[in-house]
Amino acid sequence: MKNLTVSPSPHVRSSETVSGIMLDVIIALVPALIASVVIFGFRAALITAVCIGCCVLFEFLWGKIMKKETTIGDFSAVVTGILLAFNLPVSIPLWMCVVGCFFAIIVVKQFFGGIGQNFVNPAIGGRIVMLVSFSSAMTRWTEPLVWQKGVDAATTATPLSVLKGYDGTLSSSLPSLWHMLIGVRGGCIGEVCALALLAGGVYLIARKVIKPVIPLCFIGTVAVIMLIASKGDLEFTAYQILSGGLILGAFFMATDYSTSPITFWGKVIFAVGCGIITSVIRLYANLPEGVSYSIIIMNILVPHIEAITRPKPFGEEKEKKNKKEEAA
Amino acid sequence: MSKSTVGGILKAVRQVKGGVFVDHNKLTKDLEVVRITPPDKVVLPMQQHIGAPCVPAVKTGDTVSVGQVIGDSDKFVSAPIHASISGKVISTSEVRVANGKMVPAVTIENDGEMRLFEGLEPPKAETREDFVKAVRASGLVGLGGAGFPTHVKLAFGPDKDIDTLVVNAAECEPYITVDYRECIENSWDIMGGVYTLAEMLGFKNVVIAVEDNKPDAIKVLKAIADKDNDHGNIAKLMTLKSKYPQGAEKMMVQSATGRRVPPGKLPADVGCVVMNVASVAFIARYLKSGKPLVSRSMTVSGSAIAQPKNVRVPIGIEAQKVIDFCGGFKEDPVKIIAGGPMMGAALINTQIPVIKSNNALLAFADGTVTNKKERACIHCGRCADACPMNLLPAEIENFAVRKDAESLVKYGVNVCMECGSCAYSCPAGKPLVQYMRLGKEIVREAGAAK
Repeated sequence: MKNLTVSPSPHVRSSETVSGIMLDVIIALVPALIASVVIFGFRAALITAVCIGCCVLFEFLWGKIMKKETTIGDFSAVVTGILLAFNLPVSIPLWMCVVGCFFAIIVVKQFFGGIGQNFVNPAIGGRIVMLVSFSSAMTRWTEPLVWQKGVDAATTATPLSVLKGYDGTLSSSLPSLWHMLIGVRGGCIGEVCALALLAGGVYLIARKVIKPVIPLCFIGTVAVIMLIASKGDLEFTAYQILSGGLILGAFFMATDYSTSPITFWGKVIFAVGCGIITSVIRLYANLPEGVSYSIIIMNILVPHIEAITRPKPFGEEKEKKNKKEEAA
Repeated sequence: MSKSTVGGILKAVRQVKGGVFVDHNKLTKDLEVVRITPPDKVVLPMQQHIGAPCVPAVKTGDTVSVGQVIGDSDKFVSAPIHASISGKVISTSEVRVANGKMVPAVTIENDGEMRLFEGLEPPKAETREDFVKAVRASGLVGLGGAGFPTHVKLAFGPDKDIDTLVVNAAECEPYITVDYRECIENSWDIMGGVYTLAEMLGFKNVVIAVEDNKPDAIKVLKAIADKDNDHGNIAKLMTLKSKYPQGAEKMMVQSATGRRVPPGKLPADVGCVVMNVASVAFIARYLKSGKPLVSRSMTVSGSAIAQPKNVRVPIGIEAQKVIDFCGGFKEDPVKIIAGGPMMGAALINTQIPVIKSNNALLAFADGTVTNKKERACIHCGRCADACPMNLLPAEIENFAVRKDAESLVKYGVNVCMECGSCAYSCPAGKPLVQYMRLGKEIVREAGAAK
């Protein structure tokens, strides 16, 4: 008999792995990627490819330089690359993408200990650095579908900046709600097609990769606040939900494991906080969009949210509850 | 008590939170328990239970017979150990047991006679005290795996408010089928034990809990329970969702009564006694025959075993002999486990004696026991979702690594029962149970330092 393995229990493990989970996220992002190519042309695919390549390369180089085992096999850098690309306008110069990827992978992720240790979402970190460094390139919005006609890309306003001027009536320059849903509007590569993003989100929930609580509370909070702010204007609220990066952020960025709470009530607080900050920025700040900022602010609060929502160990609950149930 | 019943079968009063769905792999479900040929020798370690170890009551050279006490202790939390074969004591030195420790043991060489000890007769058990004494004398410990001396659980006074006996036939560990076989083959013993326990100790309710993947066991036991008129239909069957760790003691109490055992307390503190189904059946047989605990049933299974079986073996038989009886290995094993795959102990070799609490021997060939590569925690929260005790295993791991005893206590490390649900579900392959044990050790040391 050969040598036996002696290891602590349990001796069986589930088939889930980190790379499997990341692959599921990648699969969930594919519909939105396809939609982005249809809407903005092949440059959308090029930017996504560059971001994936840079993120994986930086992750690989970090491992090499630090003489650590490489972690590119867990595909988390691929996910970061796709998410960062999805948060960029299609006209962004490629070298700027490289800067964003560097910041996302090296500064936000690896400086703080790599996967699971980053305190803010790497893709959002990278995006915000690009936004403050290259503000004009980051806010130059290309008109959708124009590339198919073969004419030079014209710039357009995003629905959110149009909504900024809301005074009780919706501007006629807004795309129709149907176009908002399928993504025929100005915006970042991956955020425009709400339908494709929702399909991906449903896939992640069905595969139990994410729980619905964060997206529902995030979007729900924005919806409630917008309804109140517009004194019950349903159309305005629908535009707010479908605009900007809300759906992309709620399903794919706010649900990032490392930077969201693991407890149920923690998730609720986190998502409601994201919703409030997003709404306040959209309604009152100079910036048109607040999803990225809201998520990054709530990211920083996660350890505190987790500390106050820590579940009570089994049997440590108040005696009252036990007695009440017994009487019933 | 729950009022919700379906066809006279109770449903859990309160569902277990978390847990995991593990492949059942009950390969030996339909195989009757077979008796093994008695071995040439048995090795009886003096520690086969939780509590004080026994001291050998025999010397090298003594002749002993089946059922004779060969080790006992004067401590309360302990149980005597009996010779499982007749023959000559050839050694009382230390041997290695399943958990890796060296323990004094009595080794008996078989004389082939399997002669019963002369003093064995049905015990007198008319009063509560006599009954508990008899249970102690039988050497019974929890046969479900924990090995807690049974008489200790039963030694409560009539003044103590204990109203419910929960008979644990959940058998939620994969592969193991001995409790199921006990239900099918010895159903009358089980019900006999139930009625005796209820009569002697004054339980008002008896709940026999079985997972819903064993409908036959429920049917057989219910048929007997329904026919009973002498005991006021005290025994009720309860089905539990087939989910690990449904059969853990605190989970059982919660399912049967809705009560939650507080940290550091026992089921008795919320008015319950939980007993394994085979232990209950043993009590009925012992009261009739007076034959102490000298043999037990165990499941021998796993991908490396040629003929998986349920086997009745004398206590102290070498693991290798039991495996040989099941056709030996059909493939080279990479891991051999005493107990179930979720909580059992991996053996260093097969020269380990079977002890009273040993309900299974599992051997796995390469590629059939997963050993995920350990990666960094991604903070996904699957461990917290899986924890039936409502803990945050990944947080506890952090505190254990930092040796932060105070936070470990605050986050309830001592509430952990090491069921393994967290480590099972971890996509990063973290050995979380090991960190829990480390955390408990750090707390213990910090407590000792104070």
